[in-house]
Order: sequence, then C-alpha cells, then structure tokens
Amino acid sequence: MGLGFLLQQPFAQHALLAAALVAVSCGLIGPFVVTRGMAFAVHGTAELAFTGAAAGLLIANNPVVGALVGSVVVAGLIALFGARQRERDSAIGVILAFGMGIGVLLLGFYHGFATAATNILFGNIFGVSGDQLIVLLVIGVIVVAVMGIWYRPLLFASVDPDAAEARGVPVRGLGLLFLVVLALTVTGAAQVVGTLLVLSLAITPAAAAQRLSASPLVVAGLSIVFAVVAADGGLMASFQSNVKASVFITSLSFAIYVVARLTGPLLRDRRHAHHQDRPADQEAAPPQRAPGPPGTPARTARP
Amino acid sequence: MRWEGDVNGSAGSAIALRGATVRFGDHVIWEKLDLDVVPGTCLAILGPNGAGKSTLLKVLLGLLPLSAGTITIDGRPPGHGSAEAGYVAQQRVFDPDLPIRGRDLVQFGVDGQRLGLPRTRTRQVDPVIEAVGAQSYADVPIGLLSGGQQQRLRIAQALAGGPRLLLCDEPLLSLDPAAQEEIVAVIDRHRREHGTTVVYVTHEITPIADVVDQVLYVAAGRWAAGSPDTVLTTQSLSALYGTHIDVIRVHDHIVIVGGDGAGACTHPDHEAAGHDHDLNDGHPGHSPDGHQR
Repeated sequence: MGLGFLLQQPFAQHALLAAALVAVSCGLIGPFVVTRGMAFAVHGTAELAFTGAAAGLLIANNPVVGALVGSVVVAGLIALFGARQRERDSAIGVILAFGMGIGVLLLGFYHGFATAATNILFGNIFGVSGDQLIVLLVIGVIVVAVMGIWYRPLLFASVDPDAAEARGVPVRGLGLLFLVVLALTVTGAAQVVGTLLVLSLAITPAAAAQRLSASPLVVAGLSIVFAVVAADGGLMASFQSNVKASVFITSLSFAIYVVARLTGPLLRDRRHAHHQDRPADQEAAPPQRAPGPPGTPARTARP
Repeated sequence: MRWEGDVNGSAGSAIALRGATVRFGDHVIWEKLDLDVVPGTCLAILGPNGAGKSTLLKVLLGLLPLSAGTITIDGRPPGHGSAEAGYVAQQRVFDPDLPIRGRDLVQFGVDGQRLGLPRTRTRQVDPVIEAVGAQSYADVPIGLLSGGQQQRLRIAQALAGGPRLLLCDEPLLSLDPAAQEEIVAVIDRHRREHGTTVVYVTHEITPIADVVDQVLYVAAGRWAAGSPDTVLTTQSLSALYGTHIDVIRVHDHIVIVGGDGAGACTHPDHEAAGHDHDLNDGHPGHSPDGHQR
C-alpha cells in the first residue's frame, strides 16, 4: 500500500488529525510544564486517565468521557494536596498510587471487552472514531482559548510568582486553571500515544525548544512545531511499517531533543558573542560563571 | 537628614499608618503602628526574621488587610496589585534554561497582569533597562546572569510601571558588597530623579545607611520609628527588645549585637556572642513596658 492511498483512508485521516490536535495542545502547554517543574504532574494525570477510563467504562460505557472527568478530579486533588510547590510531587505520588489501585479494582468489576481501558495505557491512534475526534477537537479549542487568554499572566506567575502576586495576578487561581488545562490535554494525548508516552509530546518538544531560544513566544512556537512534527511524522512512518505509531512518535520526539541539545549551545554562543565586546561589567559575576574557556563569552558559558 | 519628623496629619504622606495592627488568630504580629513617610524619602524596615517585616510589605501592597487601624498610600487605601507601587520581590534562583530574557522580565512590570499573549514593547522597556544600566545583557536568558545583574533587571521591572512607591524586599541578599553598593546607588538615583518613595525591608542596615532617611524597627510585636540616629541606639533597641542590645558603630558599619543575657533568648539560632549584621539573635523572653514611640 502506498502512502498516498493510505492518506485517503478515513482511519488514517482521523489519526493524523487527532495526532495534530493533541500535539498542538501539548506543544502549547509544554513550556509551562517545564518552567513550573510539573513533569511528574503530567505523568500522574496521564496514568490516572486509565482509572478514569475504567470508571467511565463501568458507569457509562464511555472510557473517554470517564478519563476526561477523572482528569479534572485529579487536577483538583493535586491542587488540594499539593498547594505548596515542595509537597506537590509527593502529593501526586500519593494520589497516583491510590488512583491506579482503584483503576485495577474498577477494571475487575467490568466484564466487557477491557481493551478500551487498556488502550489508554499504550494508545490506539488508529482506532480514533469520529466522536473521539470531536472530543479531541473540543479539548484542543478549550486549551488554545484558555492559554491564549491567560498566557501572559500565567507566564508571569510561572516565572516570578512573588512579583506577579504583588502586581495583582491571581497566582493560585491560575495555578489551578493550568492544572485543569494540563489534565485535559494529557488525557486527550493519552488516546493517541498512550498514558505511558504522553511525556514525549508534553515535555520533550518544549525542553528541546528551550535549548534553542530564550524568547517565550519563539519557544512556544517551536514547541508546538516540534510536537506536531513528532506526532504526525511518527504516524506517517508507522503507516509504512508494522511498528506501532507510539514507537516512532517517541523516537522522533527524542531525536529532535538530542539535535536541539547539541545545537542549542552553539546558537546561544553565536547570538550573544557580542557581549564580549562590551566594556567590562564592574560587578563581580558569581565564581561558577566568571572564568569561561578562552573565546567563550563568560555570560553565556553554561554552568 | 532629610526626614523632618511627622508632617501635619497624614495628608501629604506617601505612606500613613494609624494604629495599624496585624494579628493571625491570637498571635499579634505588630500592633498600634503609627508611621508617616514623606514622599520622595527612603524608609528602612528593620528587624529580626519573623518580626513581621514582610507582613508589613504585604499590607503596603494591598495583599493583606489590617486587623485594626488604617493605612493610606498617597492618601488612598492601597489598591490590590496597583501600579502605584513597584515591588522588588526577594531574589529567587532562575534556572539557566528558563526561556525568559531580561527584557521579558522587565516587560512583566508594564503589562504582566494583563490578559493576552506577551509582547515586547521596546519603547516602554528600554528606558528603564537603561536607567538601571542593564542594556548590554537585557537579551541574555535571565538564568545565565549574575545575581547583581538579575537584581538590576528586577528593579527595572518594578520601575517599569512608573510607580510613586518602590518596595524592595531584601534586595541586597546574596550580593557581594560591590554589587550591593551599585544596587543601592541605582535605586537612590531613581529616587532623587523621580521623587519616588523607597522602602527597603532588610535585616542589614549598613549597606543602605547612607541613603536612609527614616527607620522602622519591628521586633517581638513592638516597634520604634524615627531617624536612624535615634532608633539605632543601644538605649532604643534595648528598650524595644526588652534585653540589653549593643549598637556599635565601626567606621561606616552599624553592628547590632544582641542578647548577651543568654537565658532570656529563646530563638533556636541564638548565639550568645551575636554577630555582625545579624539581628536574628536577641529575642526577648519577657515583655518590657509598653511601646516605644
């Protein structure tokens, strides 16, 4: 089967569209996840999508809606138990462990075809139905709208919460809002790459983008582009082989990250090379940054 | 000394506190605080950790209501997140990978609280970046800058909204003496040129001693206010702490040595000898009579 023929098939079109929708949301929230140090929250909410899916199957025979409702509940619990940043990761660990236990129990009660719930662990991109596509589209629109409206204060609150609070930014409210957006995004992404691999779309592209630029908007743009390239590129690759899409998606995402890590320092050094020319700053730089290797500008030498 | 004591009433004051009290439950942070700050002058809020210095800053920022008494900033109650007050928060460590440049941080001071996508308006940001002398590194990721450079940019952020009041929470913490001197000079130049009222919260008076007009010393629920020469004396601080405190002036250093009556001190970090610049010692174990005015 040629790729051209495959691309005309509804299942392939659904898959590509679903992957793109999920990737845009993931790429958009990714830089905030990295800046706020919430990688574990992504992992936790993604895995608990399994519990939500199991509950949804049991109660309403609808794993997707179950996973979505569950994710909002999980976001609320994380905000409740992990209000302070230092205790957040342990709170997520506590919720995750218990939640997974509940998921296994719920699945035990379900006597139907359990693949729908286990699918969410590894993703089943080729099984995306028209209804699911609509759900993903709605999630995507919500995520893009929320992020578009609150991007600036959320960035301020993520980077410098004390100053943001003093300027009247509702730091705690935005933290909760972001958790809900994150949970919705991650649950949607779990349909495509599976809960175990969500990080490859929600973290890796943003981490790669941060290596290449320090401008918040450029980083957001690159992060979205990288996520879409990894998701749809990985899908196209899997069309032409027997290997699962998630394998290609995670590999492609990882490859982008490696390239960014290797080229990032070169880009930054070249961009800030002119700092060497400016008159010597009178103030003493901290010792770990002051003595750069010859030819490297001291301010941009990475610690 | 530019500070000329109390002005008539609170009408012309940049900051006016009358009988101001903050309590959390039964715990009184400080009470019946009266203070007037003349516009364009510099106030230092001093005191040991936990004495309620940052609480007072929150009140000034309008983030925390008083339990009793009144506060006005320029004759009005402090607005929540008002652009009238610029705030230099306590320094935090920025990750070297953080995708934020110095100018992005400063931009937050212009419109960080507004909805929408961030954008860079050089017209508003460049003048303040220049005012703090940060133009040569304003485009470098903030996490790669030295502590002093980061602090200049934070000050630029606080000044970006054109505030009439600048509140600085321990702005010199973790800076070496040369950088401290520069930061103090940057802030004081702005104060002189724009008539901005400046408030420092600090536990160390020495680096700012030359620029301070008025001192508010809070300790153990009590307070003393006035010119540095009247408040920072052995007699005045001993009365405030309720135990003997030595204030020693060595060249231009003001050393406050606290709590030589070791039995009276309950603070876990207490060292009987006390040490330079550190007022964490010398918590009194008993209350002296009433307040000092």
